[in-house]
Amino acid sequence: MSYGKSYGRRRYLKPSVFWSIRQGFPSWLSPVLTTLSLLVPVIIWCFLSYGGFVNPKFLPTPTATLATGIDMLRTEALFADIAASFLMVLAGFIAAAVVGIPVGLAMGTFYSMDGLLGGFFRTVRYAPINAFVPLIIIWAGLGESPKIIIIFLGIVFYNATMISDAVKFIPDETLNVAYTLGATRRDLLFRVILPATLPNIIDALKLNVAGAWNFLIISELIAAQKGLGFKIIYSQRFLQTDKVLFCILVILAIGLATDLFFKLIFRLCLPWAESKTS
Amino acid sequence: MTTFPTTLGQPNRVTSAAKLEIRHITKIFRKGKQANVAVDDVSVQLVSNEFSCIVGPSGCGKSTLLNIAAGLVKATSGEVLVDGEVVPGPGADRGMVFQNYTLFPWLSVAKNVAFGLDLKGMPQSEQRSKVEYYLNIVGLSDCAKAYPKELSGGMKQRVAIARALANDPEVLLMDEPFGALDSQTKEQLQEFFHELWRKSQITVFMITHDVEEAIFLSQRVHVMDKSGKLRETVEISLPAHRDLEMKLTPEFLDYKRHIIHALR
Ligand SMILES: Nc1ncnc2c1ncn2[C@@H]1O[C@H](COP(=O)(O)OP(=O)(O)OP(=O)(O)O)[C@@H](O)[C@H]1O
Ligand SMILES: [Mg+2]
Repeated sequence: MSYGKSYGRRRYLKPSVFWSIRQGFPSWLSPVLTTLSLLVPVIIWCFLSYGGFVNPKFLPTPTATLATGIDMLRTEALFADIAASFLMVLAGFIAAAVVGIPVGLAMGTFYSMDGLLGGFFRTVRYAPINAFVPLIIIWAGLGESPKIIIIFLGIVFYNATMISDAVKFIPDETLNVAYTLGATRRDLLFRVILPATLPNIIDALKLNVAGAWNFLIISELIAAQKGLGFKIIYSQRFLQTDKVLFCILVILAIGLATDLFFKLIFRLCLPWAESKTS
Repeated sequence: MTTFPTTLGQPNRVTSAAKLEIRHITKIFRKGKQANVAVDDVSVQLVSNEFSCIVGPSGCGKSTLLNIAAGLVKATSGEVLVDGEVVPGPGADRGMVFQNYTLFPWLSVAKNVAFGLDLKGMPQSEQRSKVEYYLNIVGLSDCAKAYPKELSGGMKQRVAIARALANDPEVLLMDEPFGALDSQTKEQLQEFFHELWRKSQITVFMITHDVEEAIFLSQRVHVMDKSGKLRETVEISLPAHRDLEMKLTPEFLDYKRHIIHALR
């Protein structure tokens, strides 16, 4: 009997290293690829600036940028700006975690809370916080509080909805077996749902730190006397692209450090789990 | 109830009042206009200290019935009684072993087994000796510190059984607990369960698709049919003490033939 071309023959999955899908990946290859992906933009930058393809007023060379940066750290007290921005992000981030985690757990756990809070949180998530920035500054003044409020509002709704979704992914049987072992609803919340979603909570917080930096810079661009965002907008006015670039590099470095910090926490506190986000 | 004729005498156990009673339970799953009758007016009495099994084709409503007995699923109508009193929801009196693996992945094997004991506020030292005892029984003493992700499927199920037993339930409900095990481990656990049941005061209600297993372990085998009705209850009048050799005796095979016919 003869079938069409592809039906008659046996077909096997061809082995592949580069395109492997959950079939193992050489442990040396992944850092190599990561380094490559980070090096490529730097190489392009070097090529364009050292090669003289662009006006150094628009794109200064890496060495010039670093030299300016060191100068800023020495003469312009850039550390104070970094510290100011970092503290704002920390404050907004903690506030968003303190509100977002319990609200997310409650929304995921109780149908009633999902109805009460879920509708609001899921809808407001779509609101463009950036558009509210001038309004918040009008309401809260020019001090530190509007920045913290903007960061808080920017990420709290994501925290809550991501955590509530994680709770809903806990299998029914996991909760049911706890009931048959005598768990009360309180036990269920604190001894089953909370530990079961802890990896997702840490992952959500990690993802939302990036958002926190975005919202900080936006708020500092509009109204601030210090901070990295203020430095960026101030330098931009005088066409000091080297300063702008250095500030961006500083934010990237802080982001990288935060990421490593969360990865470390995850590995130390949750030896039983695997992180699904990067 | 049909009593299957046998040459052997009744087991000499005290058959007191029903420990757990399932009274006229009906469960209908509605999806739009369609209604799916999963369990149709089933009444079962679990006599105190008895081991009963429920067999039936896949999808006939066995798991649904067991979940209702455990208080995890609300019946459309009917009630569940423990010691003659209607129970409103789940509790530690009815322990359960599920069809799928249900270990808590964030707890070590020992902590999994101790979960219910910890909820009761049992002192740590007592917890530890209990955990040790039950892990030894299921042959997993060496894995006490491991996390569930490091165990095989069968090992996970044995931990789940240890966890349910350590909590001292009055009624143990089990949904195909040996389904995922290899035949040697399965027979080992069958013998172990038989011994455990003989020594303890526990009342067991177990779902299985293995007719031999049902006969070997039970005093009563309930047969369900595709429509979610209880078709027949077969009393197994084999001696109270059983060993695996018994599976080859003519009496045993008579029961097996009878139940297999009832399932058709
Ligand atoms: N949550 C649910 N929603 C809708 N229908 C359901 C639900 N749970 C079970 N059913 C239906 O009820 C019937 C009985 O299911 P149940 O899981 O009790 O079968 P079972 O006898 O345990 O089968 P198996 O031996 O395969 O485990 C099936 O027809 C199933 O589709
Ligand atoms: Mg089932």
